[in-house]
Amino acid sequence: MSSNHHVVIIGNGIAGITCARHLRKLDDRVKITVISGESTYFFSRTALMYVYMGHMKFEHIQPYENWFWEKNRIELKEGWVNNVDFSTKNIEFKTGEKLAYDELVIASGSKSNKFEWPGQDLKGVQGLYSKQDLELMEESTKEGVQRAVIVGGGLIGIEMAEMLAYKKIPVTFLVREIGFWDNVLPKEESQLVGRHIREHHIDLKLETELQEIIGDSEGKVKAVRTKSGEEIPCQFVGLTAGVTPNIDFLRNSELDLNRGVKVDLSFQTNIPNVYAIGDCAEFHQPPASDRRPIEQVWYTGRMHGETLAHTLAGKKLQYQPGIWFNSAKFLDIEYQTYGTVPPTWDSEKTQSFYWEHSGGKVAFRMLMDISGIILGVNNFGFRLRHEFFDKAIQEKWEASKVISSLEKANFDPEFFAPYYIEIQKAFKDQFGGDFTITKKSFIQKLFGARV
Amino acid sequence: MKMIQKTGLVLFLIGLGAFILIPFFGSYSIDEALVRANTKDIHQEKMAEILAPMYGETYSSNFAFLGAFGENFNSYNDKLKDQALWDQVIWDDYRFALAKAAVSSPVTENPWHFLFLSIGLAVLGGLLYNLPSHAGEPEGIKNNGIFHSSMKAKGWLGMLTGSFLILFYIVLYWYPAFMVNLVWMVNPISEMLSGNPASQWFLYGLIYTLAIIVMGIRMFRKYRGNKYQQLRTASVMFFQTAFAFLIPEILVLLNQPYFDFKNIWPLDYDFFYDYQIDTFLSSGGVGMFMLIWGILLIIIGVPVFTYFFGKRWYCSWVCGCGGLAETVGDPFRQLSDKSVKAWKYERVIIHSVLVLAVVMTAITIANYFSGFSFLGNVTNQLHSFYGFAIGSAFAGVVGTGFYPFMGNRVWCRFGCPLAAYLGIVQRFKSRFRITTNGGQCISCGNCSTYCEMGIDVRAYAQKGQNIVRSSCVGCGVCSAVCPRGVLKLENGPEDGRINELPIIIGNNSIKLNV
Repeated sequence: MSSNHHVVIIGNGIAGITCARHLRKLDDRVKITVISGESTYFFSRTALMYVYMGHMKFEHIQPYENWFWEKNRIELKEGWVNNVDFSTKNIEFKTGEKLAYDELVIASGSKSNKFEWPGQDLKGVQGLYSKQDLELMEESTKEGVQRAVIVGGGLIGIEMAEMLAYKKIPVTFLVREIGFWDNVLPKEESQLVGRHIREHHIDLKLETELQEIIGDSEGKVKAVRTKSGEEIPCQFVGLTAGVTPNIDFLRNSELDLNRGVKVDLSFQTNIPNVYAIGDCAEFHQPPASDRRPIEQVWYTGRMHGETLAHTLAGKKLQYQPGIWFNSAKFLDIEYQTYGTVPPTWDSEKTQSFYWEHSGGKVAFRMLMDISGIILGVNNFGFRLRHEFFDKAIQEKWEASKVISSLEKANFDPEFFAPYYIEIQKAFKDQFGGDFTITKKSFIQKLFGARV
Repeated sequence: MKMIQKTGLVLFLIGLGAFILIPFFGSYSIDEALVRANTKDIHQEKMAEILAPMYGETYSSNFAFLGAFGENFNSYNDKLKDQALWDQVIWDDYRFALAKAAVSSPVTENPWHFLFLSIGLAVLGGLLYNLPSHAGEPEGIKNNGIFHSSMKAKGWLGMLTGSFLILFYIVLYWYPAFMVNLVWMVNPISEMLSGNPASQWFLYGLIYTLAIIVMGIRMFRKYRGNKYQQLRTASVMFFQTAFAFLIPEILVLLNQPYFDFKNIWPLDYDFFYDYQIDTFLSSGGVGMFMLIWGILLIIIGVPVFTYFFGKRWYCSWVCGCGGLAETVGDPFRQLSDKSVKAWKYERVIIHSVLVLAVVMTAITIANYFSGFSFLGNVTNQLHSFYGFAIGSAFAGVVGTGFYPFMGNRVWCRFGCPLAAYLGIVQRFKSRFRITTNGGQCISCGNCSTYCEMGIDVRAYAQKGQNIVRSSCVGCGVCSAVCPRGVLKLENGPEDGRINELPIIIGNNSIKLNV
């Protein structure tokens, strides 16, 4: 492509930056500009919590050294976009400055959900998504917070609870549902995480909904009231009831929007040469039967970016997600999932195998179809190999084959307790299967941790 | 629990304070008999004459005594040097031996009391501080507050600690005569172990070992629930205590050469020095065994073990320098520089030291077998240069003193010639690698931040690429701190170990990488 062809990407999160990097790899000449008002350099959004807790400094969560961008001729433009004039192909910044593009990629990410709660804009009330949110949270929790309330039981909620716990601020965690993150996790897993939250002295209140946030005379939060009428005094409120595409600057234009920017499977919007990827893109049709029309995960953002880079480089690609995977860490408990494990299932069509360690912090679930073919797994408190399950699920392995070779799937460090042996035993008890249970090696018996 | 830890901290500080003050106790006086007893036969007459002005005087401090010694001794030596009478110059340094004999202090009277008051209290305090740490918390690694800590994030406390360590090493290597009281303090232990009086090296070995044990216990607490960390910490504690500290002393007690069976050339740079070879050859079967054992470790042990397990078998499981870095140094691991620039410096410097060590040793051996006709005493100057610049300044002063400035593996990363040798094997002929778990990396940076060797682990993990790096010591902390279960230290087939163009799985749109 010619060197004056200009691709402009709005947003330097994982989707936008991956797109820029791969486009540069594929096309040496095209001019690439990435716009961000949030931060000059790309950083890992998922790691903001670690900066708050002193595990890292902000510079550590930037995956590339600062010279990287110039070396790869990816121009970084700082600024907030006010609106886009699609007819003249111009971006207008809040400062009034303009920037012309030939192709535009919208990767503006998300913003925290606020559901018109009374008092949601008081001082000391915030979500946690951006670098600015982190800075605000550091400022608001510096001193004088005797209790914090977190509203909404998802991944950001538990991260915020952990962050506040680091500052020794007591936390009340309001979750509307009957279990933590139970729109994603099956009941047992949700309970496992719930127990662990309480083990960390976080006051988890299930089936509790926020009614209103109450402020003092200076406009600062002083309490929240729940729907059941309970009033909880607090000086900080975290709103973590999910995120929504950050596309307000595109409203009232000819761009087709719903919750997100509407795109087809090539990330093409209704306007030629305009694309949307990452959290802010909304597919007309979900890209696969187990996917949602809006994918708001780090990994999907990365995949969107890489896929679109090919299209921008002239090799049109459709987004074809592979086997689903995800991961998280709930305080001390790591979680991974591969394939399809919904929170509930039809037991006529789906079988479930669940094993939990007696300590209640290590668990494994595998869903199978009625003929015993693996559909997906959840694992808590130990690590499983992505490659193994990607293959097993793609190739539709028999569950007993998966279980019999579980040692190969194990990704825990050396000398860790061989939970896979216990899982094999439990599976054999419940489902039978013609395989031999893995034996501990001599070294493992001698030095390894015990189950 | 907090109360116990606070008590521990106070006791540690009292012990440290006592350790700093003890060298200044007591008075120093010498007479002719004492000088003769502590100098070589060939220097006895001269030294007795040179130091005659000091007889009958009582010096109230180590500074006064060593000052007077310096005046008398230097005026004699400098005159000879001016006249270029090199063969009459006394090159031996008698300051430590004479100061040790000259001192009379409460410490020499009651060594046990002062040992307890200084090192004893510091160890007790350290244990009280470390044992209850993380009590009542669920298992899991907490790096909470590390970058908010003055000690661990280059604040004033870290600067102070680093400066103290640097000063300590300078005194230990070049001015040990100032710390004879401290050496007296550990004399009874040395007498019990080897039957010999203590030297400054015995004092250093004892402190070193105790530091590894106390801070090793901290590791057990910090990495609760991580068996790999527990085992490798136990391993370095064992090798330091048994192999580096006790066994050599016991060998001396049994009239055998002092020998650390786990130290390997070229880290053990004087292994092939003429006096070492002479010692081995004159010590019968045991000496011969030591010589052969040392050579076997170099030519078979290193390549074979490194082939199967990577250099970690030595660097983070056996080595004494590694042992200190992994225990005392663990709180500073995040301070290593991860930039590409630092990596470039690292490669140049560490391989230069390796070349220097190899060349020096080759010349030494050639000289030895030619009956010193090859180069005469030139090798001695080479040895003293290497001993000064690399053995003492780099490995000691910079290697440990810089913990709070540049992380805990400065020596291992930039200087250790054995690490360079192990690294070459690890990079080109080994089954060891760190694998990354498919597409699970979120680029958070914990792995890179906590890599003591300054490897940008994330750069590999986010590409789904195996980490095969000569410098990796296999401490396993990247894997331990990863929040998404992405990294695993593995030994496996060499096939596919290095994957230059990895594809991140999970996206079926991309079939081939570019």
